[in-house]
Order: sequence, then structure tokens, then C-alpha cells
Amino acid sequence: MAGLTAHTLTCVKRDRVLFADLSFTLPAGSLTYLRGPNGAGKTSLLRLLTGLSPPEQGEILFNDVPIAECLPQFHASLTYIGHKPGLNSALSAVENLQYWSAQHSIGFSLDTAYKVLTTLGLVGLEDIPIRMLSAGQQRRVALARLWLKSADVWILDEPFTALDVNGIKLLETHMRSHVEQGGTVITTSHQALSEVAGPVTLLDLEYRI
Amino acid sequence: MKALWSGIFKRDLALAFRQRSELAQPLMFLLMVVTLFPLGVGPGPATLQKIGPGVIWIAAILSSLLAMDRMFRDDFWDGSMEQYLLSGQSVWAISAVKVLVHWLVSFVPLLILSPLLALFLNLTVQMYTALMLTLLLGTPLLSLVGAIAVGLTVGLQRGGVLLALLLIPVFIPLLIFATSAVDAAALQLPYRAHLAIIGAMLLAAMAAAPMAIAYALKVSQN
Amino acid sequence: MWKWLHPYAKPERAYQLCSTLQPYFFWPAVLCILVGSVWGLAFAPQDYQQGDSFRIIYIHVPSAILSMSTYVAMAVAALVGIVWQWRTAFMAMIAMAPVGAVVTFIALFTGAAWGKPMWGTWWVWDARLTSELILLFLYLGVMSLYGAFEDKQQAGKAAGVMALVGVVNVPIIHYSVEWWNTLHQGATISKFDKPSIAPEMLWPLLIALLGFALFIAAVTVMRMKNEIIRREYHRPWVKEMVQSAKETNHAV
Repeated sequence: MAGLTAHTLTCVKRDRVLFADLSFTLPAGSLTYLRGPNGAGKTSLLRLLTGLSPPEQGEILFNDVPIAECLPQFHASLTYIGHKPGLNSALSAVENLQYWSAQHSIGFSLDTAYKVLTTLGLVGLEDIPIRMLSAGQQRRVALARLWLKSADVWILDEPFTALDVNGIKLLETHMRSHVEQGGTVITTSHQALSEVAGPVTLLDLEYRI
Repeated sequence: MKALWSGIFKRDLALAFRQRSELAQPLMFLLMVVTLFPLGVGPGPATLQKIGPGVIWIAAILSSLLAMDRMFRDDFWDGSMEQYLLSGQSVWAISAVKVLVHWLVSFVPLLILSPLLALFLNLTVQMYTALMLTLLLGTPLLSLVGAIAVGLTVGLQRGGVLLALLLIPVFIPLLIFATSAVDAAALQLPYRAHLAIIGAMLLAAMAAAPMAIAYALKVSQN
Repeated sequence: MWKWLHPYAKPERAYQLCSTLQPYFFWPAVLCILVGSVWGLAFAPQDYQQGDSFRIIYIHVPSAILSMSTYVAMAVAALVGIVWQWRTAFMAMIAMAPVGAVVTFIALFTGAAWGKPMWGTWWVWDARLTSELILLFLYLGVMSLYGAFEDKQQAGKAAGVMALVGVVNVPIIHYSVEWWNTLHQGATISKFDKPSIAPEMLWPLLIALLGFALFIAAVTVMRMKNEIIRREYHRPWVKEMVQSAKETNHAV
């Protein structure tokens, strides 16, 4: 079975247990909405799922193989968009995406990049340094990765931050079509997903003292 | 390989050229520190010749510490580092390429500037040759070992002074061997042994440092 | 081969081990230091060249030797922590760091104090003193790196890497400084050089050395217990332990 499985995960930050013995499955073709109050460990959980940080206990399986054993394959079929946009402010949108594609060994053509940026409503902003763009526009450039890399698993940390209504709708539509094609999406968001995003599985984290 | 070449090497070079003024600042600092010494200890040619190699090396270490955290700081804070770690490339290879670019953009200009410094401090041609050789072998060592400490401190809000505290003691052997090579050259003695030791340290660092940098970067991501 | 060690990776077991070991380190340490210093300071014969001022070696030499070995021990703990991912190994490492730093400081201070009657000045750039000074810098670097992180688990790993970088450097620093010293001081004979020593001088020295080593171990073990409790105080086993300690107190 394709997808991502978490098996008895425990996460400790600053000697505080954020969550313990957490198990769940993100099957292929599903959209999971991760909820929880501030400080419950949403970001930490997402980072564990990407393999950026190791869990205190437990393991994460990608297609039934622990991710530690198949890291390159797992990362090849993963797109992670974190809090931080991952864009260098001195480079332009197109340059950022070009270098990112090269790092991730994805074929890159300027035409595709311009097309994606047009879809995202960034016409005319492709060639100016990222620091000149507004927060919402920067977020859109970061999200362009979801259009450029054909990855099975999307792990998105607050992807809707700073997006306007159109932007939110655009992303939700894209998430839905990805799920319908058999992709796996897990996302956090400070406001509920609308019905545009399609059927949603909820995953709740509680704040532990 | 291609991913490292066009994703990291070209990117970092492009960034460096876009931030030229930032790169020039440590060099200007170096030049000014070297200028302070004749003013502070007196311009006697013999004195200058005696302290010259040490002054140039100390100034080079200090100025490199100022700019060292450029190597990973922006990438860490804007999230590019996360994307590197998820790119499927090995982290040590990425680190090695980034260290190489750092050396190219911050120490090669220093090597180009070094004749001027030698002139200021009244070094003879033999001394200058030795100085150049020690800089050529020693500065990559500064970049490699420095990158480990930068990787460790990059997640800290104010890591600048701490970085210097961590690195200065580690750089002492390099300073000793490099300056005494120049001293030996001043006395027309052979200094190949000094160069061999610096070279050995460089090779050891080339073998071990990328792994340590990769580990440090992963620790910083926690 | 090392399987029997693995249970001690758990903080709880490590804490118990520390509690068991502590008296075995502490009391012999007190005894050895007392015997070593009294014998060395009061009963050992005078040095024919340096008179009574040589007696500072009963403090200087043990602390100088052990400052280096404590650093090595720290690096070994760090390596264990990095390779096997033991949290307790990093705790042991950071428990040793300030102890080692203080021992290094003692070595420096006694070295300087010895220098006063010998060379007529408090500080000479003698090879051993200089490398002790650099060693002190290395200790301070590890400690300040550890202190700079709020997440102590991350701090342990970071400080561990720095300790390893340092330990690779310790021999290089040691030999480079020694060589640098001969280069710059030429014919000065190091007063610390003791190729042969009379047995009646050597015995108290060895006892003092053993005492210092045990004392460092005892303080390390105490600090490690503190570190474990500080990091784990919200865990059930600590609460249980405190509870049972309270009960026995009440019973008394």
C-alpha cells in the first residue's frame, strides 16, 4: 500500500514531550488536515514526517519501508513546503525555482516555469528579486514547487499563510486534483479547509503539559 | 553531480556576485587591520618585517571569522537549507560544494590582495613566496574547519562572537606553522616541512570535515 | 561485546549507576588527596635545586595531566553519544566539561605560581602553560556552545561535535606549541622537565594523581546526577523516586 505510515512516534522538544505513541496512516489518495493548538507540535510532526529531524522513538514508513532506509527515493517523491519559504531574497522567482529544480534533479524549462508562475498570478514578477515581492506573492512562488515537481507526497506547513482568497482557492483546487490522482497530502492551516479541497481526513494533536 | 554543479555551485557563485559589496567588506577590514600595525608599533622596516607574517595571518583569520557565517546563515533562515536536505543529494557533498564556493569567493580575493599586504609590511620576496604558499594551503583549512562551527551555530540568534570563540583556539596550530614557515623563509632556511604539515592538516580536514559539517547541519535542523 | 553497556543509555539506569559509584569515588578521593598532599608537602624531601617551591608539583602535575585526560574522556563520551545516539553520553560529556575547565585552571594557576620563584615572573609563554591555556579556551568553547542552545538535547550534540573537533586538535596544539616554544626560546631549559624523580618524591605524586582522578570522577558523577534530574524531572521515574525518598524521610 502506498502512502506514509507513522508508527508509535514520540517527539521531545526542549525536554518536553510534545506527543507520544502517535500512530496513523496517510493512505494514497487522501488529504489529511492536521489540527491542534499552538505549541502542540504540528510543525515538529511534519518535520518528523519529512525526515528532517529524527523521532525520539518510533518510525515512519514510506510504502512500508522505514524512511531511514529509502531516504533518496522518499525525498524524490516528496515535496515539503515549510514555514520558511526556502527562497533566497536576492534571487528572482525564476532563478530560485531553477536552482531548486536542479538540486532536486527535476528537469527544468523556462517555459514551464513561466507558465506555472502565470497560473499563480505572478505575471511580470518573474525576474525581480524575491525581496521586492509581497508576502503573499513570495508564498505563491514557494508553492510553485507543487506544480513543478511531480511528487506523490506533499507535506505542507501552513501553506495558506498570507494568501488571498483567490490564492487559497487555487491551492485547494490543486490539492484536490493531486489527491484525485492518487497523491497524499498532509497540511496544517489556521483556518478550516473549504469544500473546494474535497474530502478531508482530520488528525488532531492535543497540547500536553 | 549535475545537481551539485548547477543547483549549488552556480547558485552560490551567482549569489556571491550579486552581493559583491558584502564580500568586499572583510577584505577592507583585513586591509585596515594591517594598516593599524605600522601605526601602532612603529613603521621601522625591521620591526614590520619581523611581525609581518603574524600580522597578515592573524588579520586573515579575524576577517574570515567576520564573514564565515555567510556560508549557511541565509540558507538556514530562509528555509533553503531544509530544501537542500530534502533534495536527495548527500548532505556532505552539498556542504563540500558550499565550502568550496566560500573559499573561492572569500579567500581567493585575499590571495590576490596579499602582495599589497606584503609590500605594506616590508616582506622580502622569499618571505612573500612562503606567505603565499601557506595562505594557499591554509585558507581552505580555515573554510573547512570553520564550516563545522558555522553549521553548529547557524541556528542561534546571536552566534557571531560564539563562532569566534569556538574557532580561534582551533586555528592556533595553523597560525604557528604558517608564520614559522615565513620566518624560516626570512632566514633563507627550507620550509617545506611546515608546508607539508599544513598540507597534511588540510588533507585530514578534507576527509573528515564534510561529514562533520553534514552532522552539524542536521543537528541545527532539530 | 558492548551489549552489557546499553541498558545504561537509559537515564534511569545511568542515575542508579551514578548513585552506586559516587561513594566509591568520593571517599577514596578524599583519602588519596589528603595522604598525597600531606606526604608531598610535609614529608617528601626537598629538591636540591628548587628547595621547597618544587612542592607545588603535587598539585600542578596531577591537574595538568588530568586536564588533558578529562578532555579526552569528554570527547569519548561525545563520540559514544553521536555514534549510538545516547542521551546520557552527552549528559556525561557536559557534566565533565566544567570540572575539566576548573582542573585546567588549577594547572594554569599553580603553573603561574611556580613560575614566580623560578623565573621571577608570573607568566612565561612556556610550552606547557601555553597549551594549558589553549585547552582552557577549548573547554570554554564547548561550555558556551552548550549554554547557547535552549534545547539541551541539540546542545549536547552540538557541543559533542565541538569536543571532537577539539580533541583532534589537542595533540596538534600540544606539539605545535612545544615546537614553537623551542623555536622562540632557544636554549631555555624547561623547569617542568623531570626526566628522573626520586621514589620518595614520586609516591606522593602518584597518590595525589590518583586522588585527583577519583575526585574528578566523583564530581562528574554528582554533576551527571543533577543533569539527569534537571532534564528528566517531569518523567514518572523521577517522581516515583522523589516520592519514595519523602516516605523514607517521614519514616525516620
